[in-house]
Amino acid sequence: MARSSDPERRTSVDQGDGPDQADVTDVSSDPLRPSDHYDSAPARTPGDQGAGSADIVQPRLGLVGYLRFFWRQLTSMKTALFLLMLLAVAAIPGSLVPQRTSDPNGVVQYRAEHPDLFPVLDKLGVFDTYSSPWFSAVYLLLFISLIGCIVPRTKHHFEALRSKPPKTPARLSRLAGYRSVTLQTAGGAADAALAPASVVEQARAQLRRAGYRTQVFGDSVSAERGYLRETGNLVFHTALVGVLLTVGIGGGFGYTGQRVVVEGQTFTNALVSYDSFNPGRWFSDAQLSPYNITLDKFTTTYEESNADALGQPLDYTADVTTTTQSGETSEHEIKVNSPLSIGGSNVYLLGNGYAVDVTVKAPDGSVAFRDTIPFLPQDANLTSQGVVKVPDGLSDQIGMIGFFYPSAVETGDGSGILASSYPDLLNPVLSLNVYQGDLGLDAGVPQSVYSLDTDGMTEIAGAAADQSALQLSPGTTADLPDGLGTVTLSDVKRFASLDVHHDPSQLWVLLFAGLVFAGLLTALFVPRRRVWVKATTTDGGVLLEYAGLARGEDPTLARAVRDIARTHLAGLGVPADAARAATSDDDRSDDQSDDPSAAAASPSGSTSNDPARSTEAPSRAGRRMRP
Amino acid sequence: MTEDLANFSLVAVYSAMAIYTISFVAFALDLAKRSGDAQQAPASSVAATAGPDVGSARGAGRGSARAAVSGGSTIVLDREAATAVSTGDGRGDGPDGTSGPGSTRRRRGSSFERVATAMMVLGLLVHVSSVVTRGLAADRVPWANMFEFSLTGTAIIVAVYLVAGRFVDLSFLGAYVMGLNLVLLAIGSVNYYVEVVPLQPALQSAWLVIHVLVAILGTGFFAIAAGLSIAQLIQTKREQARLSGLRFMDTLPAADRLEDLAYRVALVGFVLWTFTLIAGAVWAERAWGRYWGWDTKEVWTFIIWVLYAGYIHARATRGWRGARSSWLSIIGFAAVLFNFGVVNVFFKGLHAYSGL
Ligand code: HEM
Repeated sequence: MARSSDPERRTSVDQGDGPDQADVTDVSSDPLRPSDHYDSAPARTPGDQGAGSADIVQPRLGLVGYLRFFWRQLTSMKTALFLLMLLAVAAIPGSLVPQRTSDPNGVVQYRAEHPDLFPVLDKLGVFDTYSSPWFSAVYLLLFISLIGCIVPRTKHHFEALRSKPPKTPARLSRLAGYRSVTLQTAGGAADAALAPASVVEQARAQLRRAGYRTQVFGDSVSAERGYLRETGNLVFHTALVGVLLTVGIGGGFGYTGQRVVVEGQTFTNALVSYDSFNPGRWFSDAQLSPYNITLDKFTTTYEESNADALGQPLDYTADVTTTTQSGETSEHEIKVNSPLSIGGSNVYLLGNGYAVDVTVKAPDGSVAFRDTIPFLPQDANLTSQGVVKVPDGLSDQIGMIGFFYPSAVETGDGSGILASSYPDLLNPVLSLNVYQGDLGLDAGVPQSVYSLDTDGMTEIAGAAADQSALQLSPGTTADLPDGLGTVTLSDVKRFASLDVHHDPSQLWVLLFAGLVFAGLLTALFVPRRRVWVKATTTDGGVLLEYAGLARGEDPTLARAVRDIARTHLAGLGVPADAARAATSDDDRSDDQSDDPSAAAASPSGSTSNDPARSTEAPSRAGRRMRP
Repeated sequence: MTEDLANFSLVAVYSAMAIYTISFVAFALDLAKRSGDAQQAPASSVAATAGPDVGSARGAGRGSARAAVSGGSTIVLDREAATAVSTGDGRGDGPDGTSGPGSTRRRRGSSFERVATAMMVLGLLVHVSSVVTRGLAADRVPWANMFEFSLTGTAIIVAVYLVAGRFVDLSFLGAYVMGLNLVLLAIGSVNYYVEVVPLQPALQSAWLVIHVLVAILGTGFFAIAAGLSIAQLIQTKREQARLSGLRFMDTLPAADRLEDLAYRVALVGFVLWTFTLIAGAVWAERAWGRYWGWDTKEVWTFIIWVLYAGYIHARATRGWRGARSSWLSIIGFAAVLFNFGVVNVFFKGLHAYSGL
């Protein structure tokens, strides 16, 4: 029994320590934890390692029995643990291959690079990992398990909140932080002030002030505190469900849309004006509040002095004028990290680039085409690519694939191929490869404005043609081959790519995330403990016993019991230093150093010159009374 | 000016690494010396650590330290002057001076250990000067690319270790901390070094300060927790197999005590990581227009969070306490390192801020 003398035995419960522990366990008033929680009532076999097996008592179960059995299994700690691990593993594939939702181009590229592997992986849903059936199955099971866990625990916790602290165990000496002190009056016997009842009453008042819920049982007081710990735990787990629900359901009411707006253009918040639009499941047109955003000016700042970062963008600012439905006009700035909030939606600045003003004229001078065409940036120096399609107005249909170089330089290999050396407009050049033939627009198949299907066309200017690509700087005009007409680059402008998001659930998600965090803090750092103070009259005076029991992780329990004892003794008129000496711990490092100031005050160190110390030497190992 | 400061910063890192190396060697010598001490210590059989005390809340008190039991004190209440008188029943404790195996009593550090700690503190001062000058050179917080994460992160690991060491004796982890730090710093300053460049627009946010700093802090706690878990695993192996090798392990706390320490440190890390996750989502909403998009970095932050949630559950699950749960803490930290060293560099995603 040497080990039971260890006053630090916190959870004697799971040790199968004998019948005298039963009063301490007091399962009924504990928050109901899953049956294989380390702190829950012991399994049938002491030291049983497979706790689940203890639950299977009968070989033949009815349907209800089976259901109950599975439900038990699903809501056990082991299953929660297993599902959590499974969730972590299941999340990995999605980080190894591009995802359709976040990187659609990456998926296309992956398909081109791994033509054999792609179909297999695609079957498995790896490119949509986070909406795939197997990933969903894992987290749904986990959350069912979670709910199955929360509900009974919440019920029990409400009961625990209303119930009284449990009866004082028969033998306090087995519990954590146990210490005992016998108080005598100078005369030898205990006087009236030291009558157990009044001493216990005093302890009760003290514990009450310290936030304990108390109950007097005869000559002892039983106290409990830290119900907030379990509350925090339940809030935490419930808020996780809240996050899942708000993310899952809430997203269905929102929408996201993208739109490229060139300087001077106005964007109207209506379905038709979006370049792309992803409505949530329950989206309706009526949700789009009609407002206008005009991009007045788009400014970029580039690093000009730091040789290691020349041309690195330092700032993007979109100056916009907005008009709301009621006709109110106002000016705003949209920046990265600083979206514009308007009409219940947020407008984010997610990209930018150059747009070219191109005019194509027929030989007779009539305008066949005039438009501002956004070119998509291809690299950090904003080499950009775009397409000009001229279906009408010339003798034949024309398509042009253009490259725009904001700061054109020759690549230097003599081939005349250009590159951009800087993202700003230092030497803007537009290079156009011209194709003649059928643009394929009549087939009725929608085409991307950013790509040209050259299948039915012949290149008439460019690398594969007799004539080299047309090169234009702003304000210049070039002749199209074969006398087809002319093309003019009248201006170069900036465009901003705006994302419009509306997500009514966002605030709810944030609220639940905040609850997750707050619940976590309380669940982890509020100590939940029981403390008992007991007074017994003996021949020598009155024997005071103090002990505690932790529910869950509680590293400071022993110290708390010690401090309660000290305060209590001081309240009974014991001078502080004597009380300290009589209740001091052994000099375990953590006890001292958990609280450096206490180390100095504690007489337990061998360097202490506390006068009480000399008589105190043998009592280090915790004070146990062996009457 | 910027260049001077950046160069000073670089010189300071290398100086700090030199000092850390001395510290590392001294910690290693200290461990070696512990082997000798443990051999000489009376009654230092490993069997004692393997005693039935598993489950004691603090792993304290085993072997001779607890063999005997004393009675409670008696206080004679004079109302004028009280004195405490012990009523030792004659069986009183023996002197408890030796720190037996598994004792958590603060050892008197060897001179190696004192040198090692002093060098570690000195190294940290130089290291911090490097962090600060890097920040001054860049005119912003020094954690905006991989090199800077490594630089600041390693300083924080040392700081967390030293601060935690003020509360509990962690001197046995010194060699681990210094070794880990040297490896990370070397990789950071050789492979990840980049010149000072300004922040790109997406990073210009107060969240850079908060989100990334808290992430680095969390990493610091996870690093210490993983070290404790490794020590716990070794200790458990020795206790179970009653191995007598690795004698210096006798001077370490018992496995269950190490487990408690690891758990507490990891909890702090977990709280910080939870905050990182939430703050990251808030920032992502500002910068990218959505709070969660399963970007690779988001995925890995989530995986790490789930792994540590698993660790916490494992600690609370019967049959999983002890060595089994400690593997999860180690796997969790491995995932943290992977997230930093591999995901940042080789995986594609919006978090393309490695600066490489
Ligand atoms: C979405 C999945 C889950 C996550 C992320 C999660 C996370 C956590 C975290 C962080 C803690 C420690 C904080 C605290 O004590 O409140 C915890 C504790 C706990 N969880 Fe969960 N949990 C999940 C699911 C579950 C499920 C399904 C169960 C039921 C089987 C469960 C039962 C518990 C219990 C009993 C504790 C207290 C542990 C202790 O006493 O130390 N959890 N959980």
